[in-house]
Amino acid sequence: MVTKVMSANQAIAEAVKLANPEVIPVYPITPQTTISEYLAKYVADGDLDSEYIMVESEHSAISASLGASGTGVRVFTATSSQGLALMHEISFAAAGLRLPVVMADANRALSAPLSIWNDQQDSISERDAGWIQIYAEDGQEALDSILMAYRISEDKNVLLPSMVCIDGFILTHTVDPVNIPAKEDVNKFLPKYKPDHAYLDTKKPMSIGTFTDPSYYMDARYDMELAMERSQEIIAKAHTEFSEIFGRDYDFVEKYRSEDADVIIVAMGSICSTIKDVVDELRDAGEKVGLVRVRVFRPFPKTQIYEALKGASKIGVIDKNVCFSIGGVLATEIRSNTGLDVSGFIVGLGGRDIKPSDIKEIMEKTKNPTKQTQWIGLKKEEH
Amino acid sequence: MVSIGAGVKEPGSTRQNKTGSWRTFKPTLDKETCIKCVNCYMFCPEGCINKDYDIDYDFCKGCGICEVECPVKAIKMERE
Amino acid sequence: MELPNKEFLAPGHRGCAGCGATIGVRLALKVLGENTVAISATGCVEVITTPYPETSWEIPWMHVAFENASAVASGVEAALKAQGKTDTNVVVFGGDGGTADIGLQSLSGAMEREHNLIYICYDNEAYMNTGIQRSGATPYGASTTTSPHGKESFGENKPKKNMPMIMAAHGVPYVATASISYPEDLMKKVKKAAEIEGPAYIHLQQPCTTGWGYNPAQTIELGRLAVETGSWILYEIEEGEFKVTYKPIQRRMVKEYLDAQKRFKHLTDIEKEKIQSHVDAICTELKI
Repeated sequence: MVTKVMSANQAIAEAVKLANPEVIPVYPITPQTTISEYLAKYVADGDLDSEYIMVESEHSAISASLGASGTGVRVFTATSSQGLALMHEISFAAAGLRLPVVMADANRALSAPLSIWNDQQDSISERDAGWIQIYAEDGQEALDSILMAYRISEDKNVLLPSMVCIDGFILTHTVDPVNIPAKEDVNKFLPKYKPDHAYLDTKKPMSIGTFTDPSYYMDARYDMELAMERSQEIIAKAHTEFSEIFGRDYDFVEKYRSEDADVIIVAMGSICSTIKDVVDELRDAGEKVGLVRVRVFRPFPKTQIYEALKGASKIGVIDKNVCFSIGGVLATEIRSNTGLDVSGFIVGLGGRDIKPSDIKEIMEKTKNPTKQTQWIGLKKEEH
Repeated sequence: MVSIGAGVKEPGSTRQNKTGSWRTFKPTLDKETCIKCVNCYMFCPEGCINKDYDIDYDFCKGCGICEVECPVKAIKMERE
Repeated sequence: MELPNKEFLAPGHRGCAGCGATIGVRLALKVLGENTVAISATGCVEVITTPYPETSWEIPWMHVAFENASAVASGVEAALKAQGKTDTNVVVFGGDGGTADIGLQSLSGAMEREHNLIYICYDNEAYMNTGIQRSGATPYGASTTTSPHGKESFGENKPKKNMPMIMAAHGVPYVATASISYPEDLMKKVKKAAEIEGPAYIHLQQPCTTGWGYNPAQTIELGRLAVETGSWILYEIEEGEFKVTYKPIQRRMVKEYLDAQKRFKHLTDIEKEKIQSHVDAICTELKI
């Protein structure tokens, strides 16, 4: 166990090294690229024994991942934005074939107009694909979440792929101290992947990716729904055991000074660090405000979110995505799943800076709601 | 109940589906005339003629390729 | 060539009576044997062989989507390597649409990366699974549902995309064309493809009773006519060396081949002449 200063991308690469997938198909895209580069270097230096395939597109990166996972080995891939959108078709297949692929997504805006900067539209747009989605707040959590993702996805009660999302540039290209667990501890936490539902073994031939008529398809999809529901329990177990072995605690949602708060802000990802600072500042000034950070977005932890929010009189939900004519996706889902009245705020699209003053503005607007959804941080002279 | 990911662990299980019912014309092979050239065996889309030149009527769809490809006209197609 | 009696593609599949594709798959698998993993692109072969909960495949088989069979196979090959199973054959079956059109990028990538796999394009010269739409591999003059003949059209007005040469340009160590009507030639090529270190590409022409419009019993005869008229040439390119593997003793007129199929029925004598001259030019160059 060592602590080193590194970017979240490097932290993810370190996690992958510890999880030791047999096959790593990747394709470069900003701001994910350095994950691919670190892994290439580990393999080149003999520090990681994996088949590293630099494919010709993200579509092929996810396709090769499915091929390798279908063969029966552990795989890793990473992408961002346009790359994830290009993977869209095969993302559904990954979940439908019940292949426990683990992927890192460096959250970045979707074109057009073209932007290489951060928001969460890319992964949010994959919310219906059948993947487990985890949004990390910092590099440490990114590393830990990759290890937990394998543990969850490969569990026989789940067998769904996982996506670990980190905010592009804000996390991928800034450094923080990160504790790298010892390999022996990781081996304790993460047993070898030995599938008995999907493998390509000439000794016991099976067919993967069959054609279903209407008498089977719907039931197969329902099984995915059940697996997603069951994953709640497996995730909770993973959190507990992770804490026991590594001493770091995680939950579906993180409650930050929200227990007695009148006003609660809900958000996902790195923005929560800024919000925590603002919460501290306002708490010092005597305001009863708090933060609820949604860490696991799929399966959607409706009960945990409801329990965390039910005591507040005002709730503001921050989204770095937009579902046009509806609002932010997190706000919409919280509204429809908890029945709570929440104000929605769209922020930070395409890397628009989110300052503590913006968070304070959101707090104020949450206290005095005028609209269901408001865009914060637009250039004032133009709107 | 669907298997996980709709995978199939019974190799060759389309054998449950007897495509012989599709057939309108039935090939019969005269082993006396047959010169064992393997044409019918090679060219059968169903793989339902074996190397002993027995035709598996459970699966023969009656396409008639074997009749056309038999160099000694040992195979005849007849309406069933 | 000693072939196993075992069928690695079981009967009961949903292929049309007289299906040419399944003949090709059967023969290829007999050469490759049981230590083989097959990957399919979406298409006829995939759909007719794996109607859940059944499968025709006696060997491990995987399908994910239409355009990515080569990428899936890349992952499979890498995983087998990681498992130490480097002697297992990885064979891909993609139709002409899945190969020459939508799957070209992933195929190009897999070939360029030199994955040790055998790609067999079963070419029936149109999208047959979706109902006979033109593909990049549809030949000049063919009428399909998206290149129909009519008052203003004689059908497909572009020549067939030259896939084998595109593969050869990748430096693929073994590239060959084949026909289901010449099984010894086909099987020899599959054997070479399996033995060669690195990728191999075989472009297999297979007549399609439904799409080409002929009596199912004529499938092999049509494939033979294609080759005997010089409309489809059997060759191989081994480590860059080009060799015609079959020369008709006396080349037959292309008209014979065209007239045997509904898809060319509408062609005028002038168009047929044009096709004949095109075939003549290629055959003369290759001394066929």
